[in-house]
Parts: sequence; C-alpha cells; structure tokens
Amino acid sequence: MCGIVGLLLRDRALEPHLGSMLVSMLQALDERGPDSSGIALYSDDQPVRSRTPGGPGRVLLSLGSDSAVDWGQVCAVLCARPGAEVDCQAFGAGVVLSVPDDWEAETRAVLTAGWPEIRVLAAGRRVRVLKDTGRPTETCTRYGVADWEGYMGVAHTRMATESAVTVLHSHPFVPSRDLCVVHNGSFSNYATIRRRLMAAGVEFDSDNDSEVAARYLARRLAAGDDLDEAIRWVMKEMDGFFTLVISTADELSIVRDAFACKPAVVAVADGYVAVASEYRALAELPGIATATVFEPQPEEVYTWFR
Amino acid sequence: MVPLSCDALGVRAINHELRALPAGGAARVVQPRGRHNLAVGIAAPVSITVAGNAGYFLGGLSGAADGSGPDIVVEGFVGWSVGENLMGGSIRVCGSASQSAGSSARGGRIVIEGDASLRAGISLKGATLAIAGNAGAMSGFMAQAGLILIGGNAGHGLGDSLYEAVIYVAGSIASLGADAEVQEMTDEDLLAVKELVQEAGFDHVDPTRVTKVGSARQLYHFSTHNHGAY
Repeated sequence: MCGIVGLLLRDRALEPHLGSMLVSMLQALDERGPDSSGIALYSDDQPVRSRTPGGPGRVLLSLGSDSAVDWGQVCAVLCARPGAEVDCQAFGAGVVLSVPDDWEAETRAVLTAGWPEIRVLAAGRRVRVLKDTGRPTETCTRYGVADWEGYMGVAHTRMATESAVTVLHSHPFVPSRDLCVVHNGSFSNYATIRRRLMAAGVEFDSDNDSEVAARYLARRLAAGDDLDEAIRWVMKEMDGFFTLVISTADELSIVRDAFACKPAVVAVADGYVAVASEYRALAELPGIATATVFEPQPEEVYTWFR
Repeated sequence: MVPLSCDALGVRAINHELRALPAGGAARVVQPRGRHNLAVGIAAPVSITVAGNAGYFLGGLSGAADGSGPDIVVEGFVGWSVGENLMGGSIRVCGSASQSAGSSARGGRIVIEGDASLRAGISLKGATLAIAGNAGAMSGFMAQAGLILIGGNAGHGLGDSLYEAVIYVAGSIASLGADAEVQEMTDEDLLAVKELVQEAGFDHVDPTRVTKVGSARQLYHFSTHNHGAY
C-alpha cells in the first residue's frame, strides 16, 4: 500500500503551522504504511550562507543509520576538527549537520572512515530528512513534528513489499541536493535500471526499487533535463505502478502511471497545495471545504511552484 | 432521523447502528471526513444520508438478492469502489466518484451526479450505473451484465473485453476497448435509457441521441488466434 503526502505552502502566515498540517495528513495515512515513515522538511530558516561575508555557502546533511550510532560522539569529532564551522543538531533518529560547501567532501570522508554504517539521507540548502521505523503517528509524536516550521513538506508512510523495513529503506529518497522523491507502488524493471546506473558510477544506499527511480531522475536532471522532462523519462524507462511525489527547493510535482493503479488526490487551496494518497489526509486541512479537489490524470505531470 | 457522528462513534459502530435501523428508518451520518467503508452491508430498506465526503467502498455489499435495499445519498464525493458488489437499493453521489465506481455490483442503482474516474463499472454484474458527467479510461472493463449510462464523455478503452453489459454514452468516446463495438439502438434500448434518465434526473441527456456500446462477442473464449486483440 503506502501513503504519500506533499504540502507546499504559498502563504507565509501558514509556515509556522507546516508541522501540524503535515501531522494531520500523516495520521490519516498511518494505516496505509505502518512499517516505517519519513518526512522531508523544507525551510528557509537555515544557515545557507557562510558566517564570513563572501565565504562559501553551506549545505545541510541529514544523517541516519540502520545501526545504533552514538550521535553525540559523531558530532563531537566533526566539530573538533581544526577550523570546523560545523553545526550539529539532533533531528529525528539521527542528526542534521550544517557545513560550509568546501567542507562537505571532507565531512563525508570523515564519516565514511569513522562510521561506515552512517548514510547521508539528504543533502541540500533547504531540505532536511527524518526517517524511522514504526508507526508514523508515533514517529511524529516522538520527534515533535507538529512544531516544525517551514514552507514545504513531503512525507511517506511505508508498507514494504519490495525490500526490508529499515531506516535506510524508508522514503523519501534525496538523490541530489534538495531533490526529494516518495513513491507509492512498485517498479518491476528496477534491477535492470539499477545495474545500468551502477555501471555509470551511481551509488545506492539500499536495494529499494523506489531509490532507483529517484537516482534515475537525479541523473536526468544532472544531464540537463528540467523536472518535467526528467519525470517523463522515468515514465518511459521505468516499468511499474506508481504515484510519485517529487520536490525540489521550489517545486512540487505529482505523477501517476498510465493505469493510475495507485491513488492520488490534490487540493489547491488559498495559501497551499496539498497532495496525498487519499482524501482522508486532506480532510483536516484549513479551508479544505472551499479548495479545488481533484484526482491527477494518468501520465500527466502536475507541478506547482512556490 | 437518527444522527450518527463518525468522530464520536467510528466506522464499525456506525455500521452496527445502521444495520439496527428498522425497515423504513432513516439516519444521517455526519463528519464522514473521507472515511472508508461507511454504510457497508446494509440489507434493509432504510434511508441513509452521508453529510459530506466519503472514502472507499461507500455502500458496498448492501441490499438483498431480490433487489431491495437501502437508499443512500452522499452529500459530497466518494473514493474508490462506491457500491462495490451492491445487491439492491440505491446510492446517489451528489459529487464525483473516484475509481471503480459500482465495481462488481449485482443489483440496485448507482447515480453519480458529477464525474466518475477510471474503470467505472468494472466487472459490473447486473446493477445500473448512471454517471451524469464524464467517465474515465477503461470504464466498463469486463462488465458482465447490467447497464451503464454516461451523460458526458467516455475515456479511452471503453468497454474493453465487455460481456453482456450495455453502455450508453451521451457525449464522445475517446476510444473503444478490445471487443467493444458501437451498436444500433433498439426501441428497447431507447425505453431503458428514457427510464433511467428520468429516474436519475439527468435533464441534460437526450435519450434519442446516445451511442450504444456492446460486446462484439469475439473474445468470449480464450483462443491463441486472438492473441493480438488482448
């Protein structure tokens, strides 16, 4: 099954309520994906510029692992490096680092050498990602998601059919900076596409079929496609059933396969666009009674801008 | 009129209450908020109003084999498979319906005042499905018996692998599915459409100007010769 959720706020006054709106949506889809869940949070409230004027930008690295990690020690080691301008915050089951761009490669190298079990769940200027196993409603409560502020959230509740239930197998997948993908459905030819991508040097964090679509999409974007073109390539190359919700730092897209086997509902309201697997997830949103509610047509790419 | 709050009772208790209604009784289900499985398995001739939007399987498995059953009105839209396996009675949806409206329904009448999404009337087994607006792709797929009226336009693959159900379309047909063909309207067809248009209240549909789609009966039995048609 699985449940997917996307919420793009276009009214700044709603931004303090992003978390509570997301939680109401995820609660409604808890039973569609009781195994595990993940949430990508996009916000402006992040140190994207250097502390020294004219210095490099900063990148957020969301870290997670399938093993128990002493995150305090990880942060202590990273922050103790000479000249380090690293911020480290607990986020979900892992941490989020904010590092200068020119420290990203070194930070990743230190992590790989010291803690091979750690993966970078997401990297970006705006996005941070939380993933955990267990009921999504409990995950929301455990990490205080209702208090989050931001301008966009993309989330997933997972009922695994294709690969194991672990943190790293959970959605969203963030295959390149600020690009986030969640998937309801299953791909049948993902092993073939993955072999092709691996031969071209693409690295994977899991054997999840949805991760293949995410990395394929990122590769198309890196080759110069715009988001719409890249999504059309996914439809052309990847065989299977899907509703995909895809976001960048300022776009939210949804697309369904030719048979529309997996559900999706969209609400365009004053101040926000919300997409979800089912109407139940939209029912508690403010102003939903006057929103335009519709189902995305098969193979049509819908994109909204911030 | 018994008011039943979904927020206070939950779906299971609501359905118990609805099943406990005496014949001729009436209930109003409030705060549905897109919940699934509302008014499922209601056999008796009762009146049920759902005050808002409902989720999947609204009214499914309801009615009796003799065609009697509840009259259900939804004052909003419904999710997947409204009236799935309906046996009798009626369901009226004031808004639009998501996919697979009336799937496998054996008896009774389902009226959608808005549009129906993909696969409306899939595997219909004898019920009547009337859609005021458009119907999505692959509607009437493998429908075995019964009647589908589409007041607007039909999407691609209409009536694919159709058996003995009949489809009437007032608007355009994007494309016919395998083994579906346009057939000539008989006096019987005209009468059936006239009655249904009146019962459904579809003033915008002119029964003399609908297109009839039925089975060409070439794919009833599997044959390797038909490989290209499947």
